[in-house]
Amino acid sequence: MPADIQPQSAEQAGAEVLLQALKDEGVEVIFGYPGGAVLPIYDAIFKQNAIRHILVRQEGGAVHAAEGYARSTGKVGVVLVTSGPGATNAVTGLVDALMDSIPVVCLTGQVPTHLIGNDAFQEADTTGITRPATKHNYLVKKSGDLARVVHEAFYVARSGRPGPVVIDLPKDILINPAPYEAAPATPHRSYNPQTEPDPALIAQAVALLKGAKKPIIYSGGGVINAGPAASAALVEFVRATGFPCTSTLMGLGAYPSPDPLFLGMLGMHGTYQANLAMHDCDVMLNIGARFDDRVTGRLNAFSPNSKKIHIDIDRSSINKSVHVDLGIVADAGKAIAALAAAWKRDDARPDSRALAAWWARIEEWRAKDCLKFKQDMTKGAVIKPQYAIQRLFEITREQQKETFITTEVGQHQMWAAQFFHFEKPNRWMTSGGLGTMGYGLPAGLGVQVAHPDALVIDIAGEASILMNIQEMSTLAQYRLPVKTFILNNQYMGMVRQWQELLHGGRYSESYTAALPDFVKLAESFHAEGLRAESVDQLDDVIRRMIASEKPVIADICVDQKENCFPMIPSGAAHNQMILGPEHEDQAAGVTDAGMALV
Amino acid sequence: MTDTSERMATISVLVDNEAGVLARVIGLFSGRGYNIDSLTVAAVDAERRHSRINIVTSGTDMVIQQIKAQLDRLVPVHRVSDLTQDGAHIAREMALIKVVGTGEARVEALRIAEAFRARVVDSAIGSFVFELTVATDKLDAFTELMRPLGLAEVSRTGVAAIARGARTI
Repeated sequence: MPADIQPQSAEQAGAEVLLQALKDEGVEVIFGYPGGAVLPIYDAIFKQNAIRHILVRQEGGAVHAAEGYARSTGKVGVVLVTSGPGATNAVTGLVDALMDSIPVVCLTGQVPTHLIGNDAFQEADTTGITRPATKHNYLVKKSGDLARVVHEAFYVARSGRPGPVVIDLPKDILINPAPYEAAPATPHRSYNPQTEPDPALIAQAVALLKGAKKPIIYSGGGVINAGPAASAALVEFVRATGFPCTSTLMGLGAYPSPDPLFLGMLGMHGTYQANLAMHDCDVMLNIGARFDDRVTGRLNAFSPNSKKIHIDIDRSSINKSVHVDLGIVADAGKAIAALAAAWKRDDARPDSRALAAWWARIEEWRAKDCLKFKQDMTKGAVIKPQYAIQRLFEITREQQKETFITTEVGQHQMWAAQFFHFEKPNRWMTSGGLGTMGYGLPAGLGVQVAHPDALVIDIAGEASILMNIQEMSTLAQYRLPVKTFILNNQYMGMVRQWQELLHGGRYSESYTAALPDFVKLAESFHAEGLRAESVDQLDDVIRRMIASEKPVIADICVDQKENCFPMIPSGAAHNQMILGPEHEDQAAGVTDAGMALV
Repeated sequence: MTDTSERMATISVLVDNEAGVLARVIGLFSGRGYNIDSLTVAAVDAERRHSRINIVTSGTDMVIQQIKAQLDRLVPVHRVSDLTQDGAHIAREMALIKVVGTGEARVEALRIAEAFRARVVDSAIGSFVFELTVATDKLDAFTELMRPLGLAEVSRTGVAAIARGARTI
């Protein structure tokens, strides 16, 4: 027995204390993968029943599963991985959660404290590697710190702008006795994010909004993160104003999509009406979005004539890329409630004639029907990917189950955002900021764990799905009936699209030869495999997929050449959108400067 | 429109004195492409376990506001103050400067050192080590004057700064 591992005392072993702290934080599920450094935790897990462990097939999958769990429930997702490669495999998921502001606590094993820095077996400088990959991280070096650090990690993960937190746990800390302490009742010594909006700024915001002739409300993931009540408050506020509302990719579901005040998603593949309204507006209210480059297009041409109000819980998001006239640091839900109350109190009436004229212009843009596509309905015709998602949406609406959608990254993701419509928050899980291929299947796994009776569908591409295909095995083990709906065009579709539009049609390395037979692959993973090769087979495949009680892979063979439109090319402004081939009055080009942008 | 002119800023940050806190601050600067012209760090309150980091940086006003906001959201950060913006402040830097030489140059070096109120902290037949605690620009001026007189080595602490008057961070 090494000198630093002490015998039992009245105190519990660190691993037991850790589990006690997790229980006290309300943890019900851990997504993880064992290894040498975390064996004491797995031993403690074995001896209890309160916390369920889901064994993934690769640590990267565990983090995405925890993200899916967190995003569909509003709770903190929990991950447990071993030292070294266990921790490094988790890094992509951590950055993904950081970029999309998802609360995750990731427990990583570490070599015993006396071996740290010795290049021990499966040692990696996990806190060093994950420092820029997390909101915060901890290395527990003293048993006395263990319980406090766990409570603090959960507090940091879910407070303010949520994010991932790593706790690195040396093996001796897990074995040695440690004191237990409950979560502190006192405020944190240094991290206490502001959530209440300044009433004076709210009053200024309402004055700007009341005076607007061409307003727009642009909401983002911050509204989703603020909880379902924030989304409900958003709907109420937008309806009280009668203003048009658009949403980022991350914010979809906060405002019900079928509502006439909703203009659809904005940004690179957003709708014509949303982007032109953003460009031409005179007052913009951004709630919980961060002026991402996929939303703004060329910065110096972004909504050039508007007064901008920005509500964000993270002060560093305000004036980061876009200069705003009024920045309000607050929780989105609290800010919307304050805005709604101030809107009612304020006697000034909005300029209804100007608003009517603004809506008339928006309706002209909307009439362009920017998402239209042509589906040949004759028997044997090739399936358009847009049509596949449209039918998936319509058919899922025919059944009673709650439907949750996850996606991978690429064209299918954008088509899903355009053609699958959401009426509630927390139903749409996609990797927005980092754009992580391989996100959707493990994220769907996490959603299904949280919502065992729901219909969970991963809208995927055939390239992305292969990045975490191993999690099919996890689905089988835990009987999680996640449906994987692959829009299979045999290309990395978005790469192919950019190569067509920006690189002279030189399809360098974007075609995947020797793809697996997804039907057989599903069967080998104890799932059901289905395939639709032509439009007449599509509905039947979707219905069989939904009806199945098993995990399903539906391989939907779609038009290989289809591009995702509308599109704001890199380096272009919102009013320089490219529309699809159904729209002839098109002229757009990409500048050399734009080519250099991603 | 936004102001694109750059300015210097001396930012003081009060942090928990814990492992990795300096790496967090430096990583923030390198990861986001901010400049660090000078950086000092030392424990300032043993009881509360606080350290103070002083950073001299430069950028547009928008960038400096960003730096402050980014620092402020780090978990172990208690306070961030842009001393350049928040009112009058004092900034000092200490340096040890080695000048090697004999004869007229040596005499001249000593004379200039006296004018700058630099202390001689080491003296040998062929060399002096001067200690000088002044504002950064004066220190730059002193080392420039020493250059032709046998300047051999410079060791500087970086800037320590504090607000004038009763105001604290």
